[in-house]
Amino acid sequence: MIEVLHAGFYTSIQDFGRRGYQSYGVPVAGVMDKQAAILANSLLGNAPDVPVIEMTMTGATLKFEVNTFITVSGANMSPKLNERSMELNKIMKVNQGDVLSFGTLKSGFRSYVAVLGGIKSEVVMGSVSMYQAITKHEVLRKGDKIIANPSKLDFMEQNASVRVDLSYINSKNIHVFKGPEFDRLSEQQQYSLFSKDFTISKNHNRMGYQLQETLDNSLEPIITSLVMPGTVQLTPSGKLIILTRDCQTTGGYPRVLQLEEKSINILAQKFTGQSVKFQLLC
Amino acid sequence: MSFNLLFKPFGERSILIEWPSEIREDILKDILAFKYSIEQKNIKSIVELKLAYNSLLITYYSICRNFENEINQLKNIYFAPKLNNDSMSVLWKIPVCYDDFFGVDLKHISEFTGLSKNDIIKRHYNAVYTVYFIGFLPGFLYLGGLDDYLKIPRKSTPRLKIDKGSVAIGGHQTGVYPMESPGGWHVIGNTPISFFNVENTPPCFAKPGDKIKFLPISNKEYQDIKALVKAGVYQIESEVICD
Repeated sequence: MIEVLHAGFYTSIQDFGRRGYQSYGVPVAGVMDKQAAILANSLLGNAPDVPVIEMTMTGATLKFEVNTFITVSGANMSPKLNERSMELNKIMKVNQGDVLSFGTLKSGFRSYVAVLGGIKSEVVMGSVSMYQAITKHEVLRKGDKIIANPSKLDFMEQNASVRVDLSYINSKNIHVFKGPEFDRLSEQQQYSLFSKDFTISKNHNRMGYQLQETLDNSLEPIITSLVMPGTVQLTPSGKLIILTRDCQTTGGYPRVLQLEEKSINILAQKFTGQSVKFQLLC
Repeated sequence: MSFNLLFKPFGERSILIEWPSEIREDILKDILAFKYSIEQKNIKSIVELKLAYNSLLITYYSICRNFENEINQLKNIYFAPKLNNDSMSVLWKIPVCYDDFFGVDLKHISEFTGLSKNDIIKRHYNAVYTVYFIGFLPGFLYLGGLDDYLKIPRKSTPRLKIDKGSVAIGGHQTGVYPMESPGGWHVIGNTPISFFNVENTPPCFAKPGDKIKFLPISNKEYQDIKALVKAGVYQIESEVICD
């Protein structure tokens, strides 16, 4: 067991989300930054998609009631094990009674804790990913007990040669494809999309990121159609919304761009005031 | 009948197929027939097929290098003789209490349309609605067939909280909120029926192509049905439709 002493701003259990239920209106959900979750799990030798703890902006405080091994990847929230700072992307042995906590956010926005063997949680529709009205709780709260099996190992080899490219966390380049309604944009609008920097507004969460700068928009809404994580919608007021993992399955705003899947990971590490730039792939 | 379809790559793993931009039952039937034909082929690389009013989205497990092969395969299926869809449509009878206690926006709709509250309610439950698809929220049915006199723009400022089971009108459509949610539609009643159950497989009783009819009930009947639904013993009245 792992006890949640403090939950942090928005902490949840996530895997790679729900497949095959979108036609019932169920969001995909799952880790916002897949690359970080894969890295955290792979370092421990876990399957890439086993459940991890996702923390947003501020970290949780977690007390381990088992001996096991963990890794922390993604945003740098200054992790500490029993008040001693620990490195990201490195296997750490934790003993019963140890406390993992976090301090200042130094880079990125979402950090992941992986545990040897993965975290156990109730599977609903093929996934443990927490989401309102699908799982019992949508976030972890103070006092919650997270199930993790004790490790039989006493020692795990650190692989010194593992070099990881973490440049995506600070990258502002978002790679995109044309969306289904891209061709309805005027040349001027298309030009603005790719020449401007866009700032992340204060409206962003696991459902989507709204951008601050607007485009002159004369497009009519479309008849409600299908959207998915990474779809960029243009609202009647000219605002752009990039949908992320918890987004609805359908929407009525023109879909002007679609993010390359890897770029959703870049966006997941952004917060209010930071800027992004769209780069067209083809 | 065949429509002039557009096949568009959508991201790295999906193909969006578009029908003419209209809400029409013959389009829905064609989408469902095409979806059924694809499903019968049992193509292992496909994760899921999703539909909306005039589109079908096909998502593959892995990233497609070049969508040409997939699109050609889909076109061949569309233009092959259509298979008979053996899944039958069902008409679901959904009890709704239109009392003022639930129908908090009836007064506003009455002022907007000039119709009496009773007239609004009658026009709402006299229609037979077609289920086009599920979206917006888990278990939210997009229904076609609203009486022309009941068409009213959405609220300019959405309500922060609309109760589970709320039956509402907005943007030329009607629907039932399967769970508590913010929303911009006008609420005219409430149903004790659950439109989304995590424990059930599938989680929704209705599917695209089915029909919905609302049955007016009293507040007393509402409470009785609600108790039965809670106990898990309420059976929704339904009948199989033959075209």
